[in-house]
Amino acid sequence: MSMSSALLPSTLGMAVGHGVRCLSQLAELPELHQMMRQTCRDYAQKELAPIAAQLDKDHKFPAKQVKELGAMGVMAVEVPESLGGAGMDYLAYCLAVEELSRGCASTGVIVSVNNSLYLGPILKFGTEEQKKQWITPFTTGERVGCFALSEPGNGSDAGAASTLAQQEGDEWVLSGTKAWITNCWDASATVVFATTDKSLKHKGISAFLVPMPHPGLSLGKKEDKLGIRASSTANIILEDCRIPLGNMLGERGMGFNIAMQTLDSGRLGIAAQALGIAQAALDCSADYAHKRTAFGAPIGKLQAIQFKLADMALAIESARLLTWRAAMLRDAKKPFTKEAAMAKLAASEAATFVSHQAIQVLGGMGYVTDMPAERHYRDARITEIYEGTSEIQRLVIANNILKEYQQ
Amino acid sequence: MHRSSEVKHVASYLNTRGCECFGQPCESHCPVLTDRTIHVQLKTFIKIRVKPDRTGVVTDGVKHSMNPFCEIAVEEAIKLKEKKLVKEVVAVSCGPQQVQETIRTALAMGADRGIHVEVSGKDYETLGPLQVSKIFAALAKKEQADLIILGKQAIDDDCNQTGQMIAALLDWPQGTFASEMTLEADKMKVVREVDGGLETIKIKLPAVVTADLRLNTPRYATLPNIMKAKKKKIANVKPADLGVDVCSRLEVLKVDEPPQRQAGVKVETVDDLVGKLKEAGRV
Repeated sequence: MSMSSALLPSTLGMAVGHGVRCLSQLAELPELHQMMRQTCRDYAQKELAPIAAQLDKDHKFPAKQVKELGAMGVMAVEVPESLGGAGMDYLAYCLAVEELSRGCASTGVIVSVNNSLYLGPILKFGTEEQKKQWITPFTTGERVGCFALSEPGNGSDAGAASTLAQQEGDEWVLSGTKAWITNCWDASATVVFATTDKSLKHKGISAFLVPMPHPGLSLGKKEDKLGIRASSTANIILEDCRIPLGNMLGERGMGFNIAMQTLDSGRLGIAAQALGIAQAALDCSADYAHKRTAFGAPIGKLQAIQFKLADMALAIESARLLTWRAAMLRDAKKPFTKEAAMAKLAASEAATFVSHQAIQVLGGMGYVTDMPAERHYRDARITEIYEGTSEIQRLVIANNILKEYQQ
Repeated sequence: MHRSSEVKHVASYLNTRGCECFGQPCESHCPVLTDRTIHVQLKTFIKIRVKPDRTGVVTDGVKHSMNPFCEIAVEEAIKLKEKKLVKEVVAVSCGPQQVQETIRTALAMGADRGIHVEVSGKDYETLGPLQVSKIFAALAKKEQADLIILGKQAIDDDCNQTGQMIAALLDWPQGTFASEMTLEADKMKVVREVDGGLETIKIKLPAVVTADLRLNTPRYATLPNIMKAKKKKIANVKPADLGVDVCSRLEVLKVDEPPQRQAGVKVETVDDLVGKLKEAGRV
């Protein structure tokens, strides 16, 4: 998909011009993307939606479905075909995650973490050898990866990583604890961030590839979460965990940079997940508005409900266009940090808003497990927290705005 | 005999059916489908509406999708190709511009090329099994197909005639309602699901087979295949090019909704029940 030429400095007038040139692409997706979206939608409707409630209840990892998605190419959308991936663009990936999340939010995040947080940095910063070893086996759905940045002592404050990596001969020895790691109980490898030079502060952090299981690496208890229960979340504890020198990802001291760049892309995956959850909540509400009668007519006839549905649809559509735009900028290799932050912020706040209103539309039925509205409400909440809290997104956006208006 | 060099083409006819589901799966009001559909969450879709002039149902602005039995037919054809028993799978559909999407779905599943037989407007509204089977017979001769696989029936008109008519026009053997098909030398062994149970027949190629529900479970198109499908060719053909007249021999007099279900009547005794049934002329 080709974008317009040079991205002009985005003072207001120029930004509008640029936006208009994208509009035709935003109005209707290319045929390839439409087909891809339809396939994922069909899969989500038929294979994920029917089991989502049970997966949530049992906190069960959807191993069979992940393998099927791997066979479809969805577990490695951006990975080139030569390495076993689908070789498609980031817009296609965002569409896939949205459609899958519409069926099951947990499956959406499992797909997103594998694609953006695990395969993403290795694809960008790995050597050819590392790519063959750490990417190809993770494209089929047989194995999934995870991303270990956060620690019990620092989430948003990623630069303060206290996990250490010390060189001993021809090995790196890692020690420390990582927290809130999605997929870890089901993963076969992880990208870990550890400090190699404490004096350099955040410039002293490096990235490492660690197989799982591995001596010196153990997992904490599975967190009992409010939502996305089918995906596992736990601590990763590193005690005298030894890995070959060749397992460093990128250059020494590049870790923080790698993490930030990875999260820039990862947040689009989460934006897509949030959109899927929001859409599912809207589907549920609109359906109910047709069926449920009160005061002698379907409640969809009441203005109070109509205004809610309108606000819900507006929130989703706006966030969706932001997400697509950020993805297209990334595909065109243009700067997209600000747009990605906007997309994630808009989409996650849309998800919490829409799922909240969905319960309201459903009334009592929204509060019980017979209807999926309560699960969407629980699933939506995390999207404002992980891969950059809403507060961090606001800081990123503000920093970018201020830079643009630099005196 | 070397099967793989002899069986050249498997032409798979795709019925494009219209359904009022605006892009959502339609299974909730179309019960005769694959096992998967039983699980689909109930979703409200706009009801099928009869046109005001009562000549048919409203199809304007309705998203069309591949007939489920035809999906099964395409899957079977691709399976034969994967087993190297056939050389080429050609997906064919008759209808207006939108059927190209359906053909592309077949290409994304693994068909090699497509043929779009253009029929639109009034001709499309009156297009029925007889015309389609004539088109197909002509194509089969032109393409020198060895095997034609179709869905057993379309779920919009439930005619269950096209496959049988094609076989008759070509004077080919047919194996309908197939739940299993196996190529054995130059014959196709077909297990048919009939009212009395399962019937196994052997038919000589070239032949026509129509797919039933349990023949297979169609695959989801993989992303790499969707990308490859873009490069595959879809040829455009008109019925006139094949020497087929699509004029319909049938005229639809009227289409009505099924009568509204009447309220029942509660009775106290068996005698009352028999009395009421006699009154209504049912006994």
